[in-house]
Amino acid sequence: MRVARLSSEIDFDGWRRQARTLRAQGVAPEHVIWTVEGEGDLFGEETAAPVVEPTFTVSREFVALAQSVIQHRSPERLPLLYRLLWRLREEPNLLSVVTDPDVLKASHFDQAVHRASHKMKAFVRFREVPGETEAYAAWFEPPHRVTEATAPFFARRFSGMAWSLLTPDTCAHWDGAQLSFSPGADRSQAPADDALEEAWATYFASIFNPARLNASAMQQHMPKRYWRNLPETRLIPNLIATAQERTAAMVQSAPTTPSRRTMKVALRMARDRPAEGGAPSNLEEVAAGVDVCRRCDLWRDATQGVAGEGPGRARLMFVGEQPGDQEDLAGHPFVGPAGKVLDRALAEAGVPRSETYVTNAVKHFKHEPRGKRRLHKTPDRGEVQACRWWLDAERRIVRPHVIVALGATAALSVFGKATPIAANRGQALQLPDQAQAVVTYHPSFLLRVPDEAAKAKAYAEFVEDLKLAWSLAA
Amino acid sequence: MAVLDLKSKLAILSDAAKYDASCASSGGRKRDSLGGKGVGSTEGMGICHAYAPDGRCISLLKILLTNFCIYDCAYCINRSSSNVKRARFTLEEVVDLTLGFYKRNYIEGLFLSSGIIRSGDYTMEEMVRVAKTLREVHDFRGYIHLKLIPEASPALVLEAGLYADRVSINIELPKDESLTALAPEKDVGVIKKAMGGVRLAIEEHAPSGNGTAQPKKYVTGQSTQLIVGADEAADGDILARSESLYGSYGLKRVYYSAFSPIPDSSSRLPPQKPPLMREHRLYQADWLMRYYGFERAEIAAPGQNLDLAVDPKLAWALANRDRFPIDVNKADREMLLRIPGLGVKSVDGLVILRRQKRVRLDDLKKLCGSEKKLRPFVIADDWTPGPLGDADNLTPHLPCDAAPQQLSLF
Repeated sequence: MRVARLSSEIDFDGWRRQARTLRAQGVAPEHVIWTVEGEGDLFGEETAAPVVEPTFTVSREFVALAQSVIQHRSPERLPLLYRLLWRLREEPNLLSVVTDPDVLKASHFDQAVHRASHKMKAFVRFREVPGETEAYAAWFEPPHRVTEATAPFFARRFSGMAWSLLTPDTCAHWDGAQLSFSPGADRSQAPADDALEEAWATYFASIFNPARLNASAMQQHMPKRYWRNLPETRLIPNLIATAQERTAAMVQSAPTTPSRRTMKVALRMARDRPAEGGAPSNLEEVAAGVDVCRRCDLWRDATQGVAGEGPGRARLMFVGEQPGDQEDLAGHPFVGPAGKVLDRALAEAGVPRSETYVTNAVKHFKHEPRGKRRLHKTPDRGEVQACRWWLDAERRIVRPHVIVALGATAALSVFGKATPIAANRGQALQLPDQAQAVVTYHPSFLLRVPDEAAKAKAYAEFVEDLKLAWSLAA
Repeated sequence: MAVLDLKSKLAILSDAAKYDASCASSGGRKRDSLGGKGVGSTEGMGICHAYAPDGRCISLLKILLTNFCIYDCAYCINRSSSNVKRARFTLEEVVDLTLGFYKRNYIEGLFLSSGIIRSGDYTMEEMVRVAKTLREVHDFRGYIHLKLIPEASPALVLEAGLYADRVSINIELPKDESLTALAPEKDVGVIKKAMGGVRLAIEEHAPSGNGTAQPKKYVTGQSTQLIVGADEAADGDILARSESLYGSYGLKRVYYSAFSPIPDSSSRLPPQKPPLMREHRLYQADWLMRYYGFERAEIAAPGQNLDLAVDPKLAWALANRDRFPIDVNKADREMLLRIPGLGVKSVDGLVILRRQKRVRLDDLKKLCGSEKKLRPFVIADDWTPGPLGDADNLTPHLPCDAAPQQLSLF
C-alpha cells in the first residue's frame, strides 16, 4: 500500500504531482490510499520522495475535470481521479465514453461542483459591516469546497467595495485591490443583519404572484439547505399559506366597471378609425394610408407599409416589386441589397436618384418564416391588384413622364396585365395615361444570376435601360 | 395625497411589475468592474438570486418607475381605470435601491418599466435618465433591462440601447384584433416599427465579421411577451406570431405569460385561474422551434391548440409514427433531436459516445436518466421496439407525465 498525502482538501497541484509519480511507478489504483494533511494515517508507508518520472500527457479536458472534481466533498473523489488517470493511458478516449461508470461518476461530481459554485454566486447575501464604509461581509455554507475557485468571480463583480466571504472551510477577502484567503470561520464572525434586508423582503413578497403558487419548483431551484442564510426565506411559509385565499379573493371579487373615461376613449377610437375609400390627394396621405392599409392580408406579418419616396413632381418613377427585409424594418424603399445595386446602376447611368420617385407595386413585405429568418415570397395577383390602388394614386399625384417597371411584378402592376421583361425591355412603351414606360430587370434578379458572364451582360442591359428612361424623361 | 415611504412605494411598484414574465439576465456583453470605480459584472450566464414561491426566478430588481398610466389596457393592473394604489419613484430612489441591492448580491441588475405618464417621450426620457445615471455617475456595470415605450421618438428608443443590455416591448395580445379591442391606445404597427428600428440598430452596432473591430457598447438583444388566455387566440396563432417575431426582429426570447387574475380586474376579462399548463406547453413548443429544428407548422396550425396531456414533441412523434423507430447508432443529429425524451444535452452526449462504442439501451438510460419514454421510438444495439413500435395506442406503454412543472426561464 502507498499513501499519497495532500496538503489540503483541494490541493490540486499536490494531487497532480503525486498521481504522476505513482502512475510513472506503475502503482495500481487499488494500492494507493489518498489522505489529506492532518487526517490520521493508519495504513501503509509514506510516499517515497517524488522521483523525476518520464512525463506523459493528459488532455486539457481531463485537467479541467480534475480541478473541478477535487472540490467535491466526497472522499471518493481522489481515488476516482487517480483511477481515471490510470485508465487514460490505455484508453485515451475514455472521457468520450460518457456512460462509463467512472466517467459518469466524475461527471456527476463535476456537475455538483458547478452547481455549488453557481449557487454560491446566487445565494451569498452580503451585509454591511457596522462602523465601516463600503465594507461588506457574508456568511455562507457551500455544499462543496468551491470558495477558492469562486472568489475571483466576486472580485470581478464587487471590485469597488471591500468584502469578506466567510465559510466553514475558508474565508475570502477583497480589499479593493487584492484577493486573499484565511482559515474557516463561524457564523458569529459575520454581521447579524443589514438595514436593507427589510426592503429586500418586501420586494420578494411583492414580486410573488399568489395565483401561480408552485412551491416545489421554488424548492427545486432554491434547496432548503440554503434557506437559513437567505433572509427572504423567512417569509415563505406565510406567503404559501395565504396564496390560495388571496387568489380566490381576486377571482371572486366582482370586476369593476370600466370608467367613463375608458368608454369615451373607446368611442373616440371607433370614430377615428381611418375610413376606407377616400382617395388620397397628396403623398403624405398616401404614406399614412399605406401604413394602415388592410386591403389585403400582408400587413399582418409585416412591420409597416412602405410608400414611395421622392419629389412630388419627379419626371421619372421607379416601381419595384415589394419592400424586402431591410425596407420593412427601415420603412424606406430600396435601402437593402437590391437598393444598393439600383444605386450603383443609377450612378453609372448618370441618373440622380434624388430627382426620381422610387416606389413598389406592393407596399407590404410578403415573406415566410424559415427558422430565425424570413424568406421573400412573390406577391400573388390578388395582392398586386389590391395594392394597385396605391400605385395608381402615386401615379396620379406625381404624374411622371416615364415609369420604369423593375421586374415582372412591377410590370404587371404598371400595365395591369402580364408583360414579359425579356420581350419588352430596351424600348419605350406607351401607357394610357400619356406617360411612357420602360420595363427592365429587378435589381435583385441581377444578384441572383448564377453565371458571371450572363450576370455582367444583364447588368449592362439594366444600366442601358436606365439611361434610356432618363433620356425619355428629359 | 399622502407621501409614501420607500417601502410602500417598493411594494406597490414591484407588485405592479410582476406580471412581466421576463427576468433573464443572460446574454449581456461580458464585462466586470475591475479597474472601474463602481461595482457590477455580466459574464454571459444569467444568475437567479432567489426564487419566489411561484417558482419563478428573481434575477433583477423588476420595478415600475411609476404605475400611473394614461392608457387603459383591459388586462393590465395599472390601466387608468383601475383603482390600485399609485406611486412614483424618484430617480435617486431607483438608483439607490439598485446599487444597495446589488452590493448585497440580491440581484444581477435592474429591470425598469413604467406606466405612461404625460407622453411616451417624457416617460422614455425618465427611464433612460435612470439607466444613464447608473452607468455614467456610478459606473454601474451590472445588467440593465429597459422596457421601451414604442410611442416614444425613435431617437430616444435608440438612446436606451446605449445603456441597456436588453430592451423589450410587450406585444401582450397575440391577435392584432384583440390588441385593438383590449388595449385601445396601443398600436401594433407602432410596436413593430420600434422593434424593427431596434433590430437595425443592434445589427449596426454588432461587431463586424472580420473580428478586428472592437464591439461597440450597445444593447445586445430584445424580447417581448405574449399573454396567454386573455383573448381567443389559439396556441397555433400564438406560435405563428412568435415565429413571425423571431424571424422579423431577431428577438432573443418571446415570453408567454398565462393571464393571471389581478386585483380590481376589468369586466371585459373573465377572472379565472391562470392556464399554467397551456403556458408550459407553449414554452416547450417554442423550445422545439428554437433548439430542436422544428418548424412551427409541424407543431400546431393556426386555430389549433396544443395537447395539454402530452408534450408537443411526443405529440409530433405519435402523429408521425412512420418516422420511427430511429436507430440511435446511425441517425443524424437532426433526427436524434426528434426522439421524445432526448434533450439537446443527451443528444450531444450520444453523438460523442457513439464514436467510441455501439450504443445500448443501458447507455441511453445513463444519458437521460430514464429510457422508458424512448423505448417505442428507438433502435439500439440490444433493442428493437418490435410490436410495441407498431402498437396503435402507445399511451399505456409510456410513463405518465409527472405533475406539470414550470420550466426555468433560462
